[in-house]
Amino acid sequence: MDTLLSSEGDSQRTQYPYVTGTSVIGFKYKDGILMAADMGGSYGSTIRYKSVERLKQVGKHSLIGASGEISDFQEILKYLDELILHDNMWDDGNSLGPKEVHNYLTRVMYNRRNKFDPLWNSLIIGGVKNGHKYLGSVGMIGVHFEDDHVATGFGNHLARPILREEWRADLTFEEGVKLLEKCMRNLLYRDRSAVNKLQIAKITEEGLTVSQPYSLKTFWNFAAFENPTVGATGSW
Amino acid sequence: MSSIGTGYDLSVTTFSPDGRVFQIEYAAKAVDNSGTVVGIKCKDGIVIGVEKLIASKMMLPGSNRRIHSVHRHSGMGVAGLAADGRQIVARAKSEAHNYENTYGEPIPIKELADRVASYVHLCTLYWWLRPFGSGVILGGYDRDGPQLYMVEPSGVSYRYFGAAIGKGRQAAKTEIEKLKLSDMTCRQGVIEVAKIIYGVHDEAKDKTFELEMSWVCDESNRQHQKVPEALLEEAKEAAKAALEEMDAD
Repeated sequence: MDTLLSSEGDSQRTQYPYVTGTSVIGFKYKDGILMAADMGGSYGSTIRYKSVERLKQVGKHSLIGASGEISDFQEILKYLDELILHDNMWDDGNSLGPKEVHNYLTRVMYNRRNKFDPLWNSLIIGGVKNGHKYLGSVGMIGVHFEDDHVATGFGNHLARPILREEWRADLTFEEGVKLLEKCMRNLLYRDRSAVNKLQIAKITEEGLTVSQPYSLKTFWNFAAFENPTVGATGSW
Repeated sequence: MSSIGTGYDLSVTTFSPDGRVFQIEYAAKAVDNSGTVVGIKCKDGIVIGVEKLIASKMMLPGSNRRIHSVHRHSGMGVAGLAADGRQIVARAKSEAHNYENTYGEPIPIKELADRVASYVHLCTLYWWLRPFGSGVILGGYDRDGPQLYMVEPSGVSYRYFGAAIGKGRQAAKTEIEKLKLSDMTCRQGVIEVAKIIYGVHDEAKDKTFELEMSWVCDESNRQHQKVPEALLEEAKEAAKAALEEMDAD
């Protein structure tokens, strides 16, 4: 373990991420929570993996979406699996809901940060328990909050403004999907680590469904993209 | 065959002249005096049932669980000293958890039984530890199908088709031997176990009891869980009816 006298060189702390996922967006809608994330795993500037599932179920009531280091996300999923298993083994008619899972993850993330060995992720936890919708976010520093719509990474800059304008509490499922796709399309155009293969997950009181991967239609026929070199001055 | 081991029974690290360790035998007596626990292996899974003797009318029904899940795919019914049993369950959960963390697959039931037996045996080797005053019936479903093991306070563990420990174990074993387990599904097995437990319960000597049952089978998706309410009620009715038939004879 770390002692006061150990040097920085022999520490086993996370310094930087290797394989990363980009933004996750989530918001509450009429029946529950909707979340979307693309399936890309970038290795620096290379889009190395294109089938990474970044939206996962946690127990009966919750859904987690992660951006950041994929291996740390896998580790978090293992912790959550253990948490849910022990909760189930009590067999007392009670089960952990999204608020409890969010709080647990906040403790994990914050404590790792205090040891200078963070889990390099930004996580979104959403779910419905006993009719009550919950949506929260926690990052690698341990900063956590709850809101009606949340996003990670670039999603905060590119998707949240759209959500601030167009989100309503009574969105139907179809309206919600359209809104998610609008945000994801914007990210696809502007975020260089986005890939055009995404999954949408919805969680309601009844349960969770994660969609099959699909692609968004994009539009490139802007006038400025035709004959792009026509107005360019020569280099010599 | 109980004999007084005068002088040779003071410590678990003492053998008697005829090669017995009396402390372990006394620990087994604690199990023998507890409510019956029955386990059977049907063709598609395991059923475990417990005759939970109720010490006080003030206890909430459903409390003082005697059957515990050890992992998703396995569970144990505990007989004997309840607190000792709790330790054995805790250890089993820990072993199952560590195995999965290391090897990436749920612990094979044989391995789990081995580890639990080793742990129970461990506590019979040192004078500063006492043997566990509980026996467990461990049932689970892994790659090799459903399996049933029993671990005694001596640390001995065998694999069984049907096993019983506690007060009514002799009568229960006789009943189990009459069953054709290889043809039975767990659904049918639940009814049979209920009948056996109701049958071996001694109305005269013991107070009332609560029937606790669990299974792990194809129908439960190979997960260890309490037998569903509806089936449990059906089993209790069938058991009570069978008792009345026997009384009428």
